[in-house]
Amino acid sequence: MSAADGAGTGGAGGAGGSGAGARTGAAATARARAEHGVAVLPAVFGDEGRRKLDAILARYPAKSGALLPALWMVQEAHGWVSPEGMAEVAAVLGLTPAYVKGVVTFYTMYHQHPVGKYFVQVCTTTPCNVCGAEDVVAAFLKATGAGALGATSPDGLWTVVESECLGACGFATPVMINDDFIEGVTAESVPALVARYR
Amino acid sequence: MGFPHPPHPRETQVLSRWFGDAEARTYAGWIKRGGYAALEQALGMTREQVIEEVKTSGLRGRGGAGFPAGVKWSFMPRQKTKAHYLCCNADESEPGTFKDREIMRWTPHQLLEGCAIAAYAIQAEQVFLYIRGEFTEPLRIMQAALDEAYARGVLGANAMGKGVRIDITIHRGAGAYICGEETALMNSIEGKRGNPRIRPPFPAAVGVFGCPTTINNVETLSSVPHIIARGGAWYKGLSLSSPKSTGTKLFSICGTVARPGNYEVTMGFPLKELLLDLAGGMRPGRTLKAVIPGGSSVPILTAEEAMDTLLDYEGCVAKGTMLGSGGMIVLDDSVDMVYQVMRLARFYAHESCAQCTQCREGTAWTVKILQRILGGEGRPADLDVLLDLSEQMTGRTICVLSDSCAAPVVSAIRKFRPEFERYLGHGKAAARA
Repeated sequence: MSAADGAGTGGAGGAGGSGAGARTGAAATARARAEHGVAVLPAVFGDEGRRKLDAILARYPAKSGALLPALWMVQEAHGWVSPEGMAEVAAVLGLTPAYVKGVVTFYTMYHQHPVGKYFVQVCTTTPCNVCGAEDVVAAFLKATGAGALGATSPDGLWTVVESECLGACGFATPVMINDDFIEGVTAESVPALVARYR
Repeated sequence: MGFPHPPHPRETQVLSRWFGDAEARTYAGWIKRGGYAALEQALGMTREQVIEEVKTSGLRGRGGAGFPAGVKWSFMPRQKTKAHYLCCNADESEPGTFKDREIMRWTPHQLLEGCAIAAYAIQAEQVFLYIRGEFTEPLRIMQAALDEAYARGVLGANAMGKGVRIDITIHRGAGAYICGEETALMNSIEGKRGNPRIRPPFPAAVGVFGCPTTINNVETLSSVPHIIARGGAWYKGLSLSSPKSTGTKLFSICGTVARPGNYEVTMGFPLKELLLDLAGGMRPGRTLKAVIPGGSSVPILTAEEAMDTLLDYEGCVAKGTMLGSGGMIVLDDSVDMVYQVMRLARFYAHESCAQCTQCREGTAWTVKILQRILGGEGRPADLDVLLDLSEQMTGRTICVLSDSCAAPVVSAIRKFRPEFERYLGHGKAAARA
């Protein structure tokens, strides 16, 4: 299975028209895909996706306005924004894949490679930092088995990252696990929190 | 309400009156609390009358810049030759600030009502409500309220049955502090990288999608229904100090403080009383070291300075800082000022859009130098290098992100220099554990 995935990924990377500079990225993506068991990704803008996109497009005077929402749709469907996903978005919005990639890479919330089933963001900016946020990060790395920031745990379940200000400074330390926003997390409360998701 | 704490008798609850009351989130609950009466009233006034009322109130932008809202609205063309847009800035990302989040979580209709009134005043038929991507809960609550508002005929082609079109669209951000800068926000709505634009042209002339646009903060717009309902003069009277700072303000208090939360007080409220009385002062056994009063982008105040500061635009300027967004970061004697200033600089380095050299390089250098100092490898000239670098980063870029990185660095070195010097000249022995 992993060999087939590797071949498929290589093909997709080539089809994206990547130059030499993108090869490392494609290789990293291929590795990440193999680790996460990701094979061919289904199209996002089929019948239902297309209808949803059309409703979004009706709200904007220019097609490009739907770019961020369309990328969110891709990430909701696939868990990340793959090169194929970017190409599909580019095609439906009449943009170039390079332009779409330029936008994707600007925003921190679009995952450019597969991540764990549970993506954990811990706020460590000053107001939370002085309330023990770095201990919360350490507790997550330990409890999830992810080990290092940005790495995925061997069971594929957890990726932990530090986040800059999550905008809930009075509720230190706020943590996001996928779309769940959890306030007042402490190093002590992390193990039970992780157990709830497992 | 000092949410999440019970209301304090010294608060003046206008915006926060229904915080914590889940029923206020629903259309029926909002109507029961007098909601949408102000919108109905505004739609019966001329657009000029609405703008005049807001001008009379003295309401100033609550996102940080403090520009008078009514004046901003009056910059929009009177003769409409193309679409007009209103953008509501709900990208709340300034470290220390979490007030807009509570407004959206508890009183979504209050914000929708403010958006609708402002849209009417500036002849905008379309409002983009730009909510930062991480605010998943406010996003869900705002979307539910928006759906209800449409279902009840509050919004749409015939808003409130008054023959006016007012559409509101929620646009979800995707993780970028800089998109809270108004021109970056417009670029993000247009599906671009969130790079700030050079002004002029100003948004009222060339804004989102090339059309005249006004951008207002969540708290600013949420104040508008109250101003329409109770009158600009009433709002203006809500001030303990300067006639230039009027109304109430939500202060987000966080950091090493006993009762962090949002507190709504009138402009001119003494910082000392807000901190010690309402927010409960320091944690047991701790003393105050410093306060960053207006979100992390403003100069730091020492404990002494803070105890003597009046919380309004002029009061903060008098102390060499700014009211900003009202996000107040409290730092006690356990805090390593050098390390926390490095963390703030790291925030700005991470969030720089990298268009301007002074910002892209300057924020990164600031972090590197501070990390070097913290690692015990600082050089004697490092503090002067940081001050010089910060000066080069101030007032020279397209937006103020670069200045925002420099402000806490400069003020911290000036006011807490011995803390920096302790790391210097002792080699690795002085390094932070």
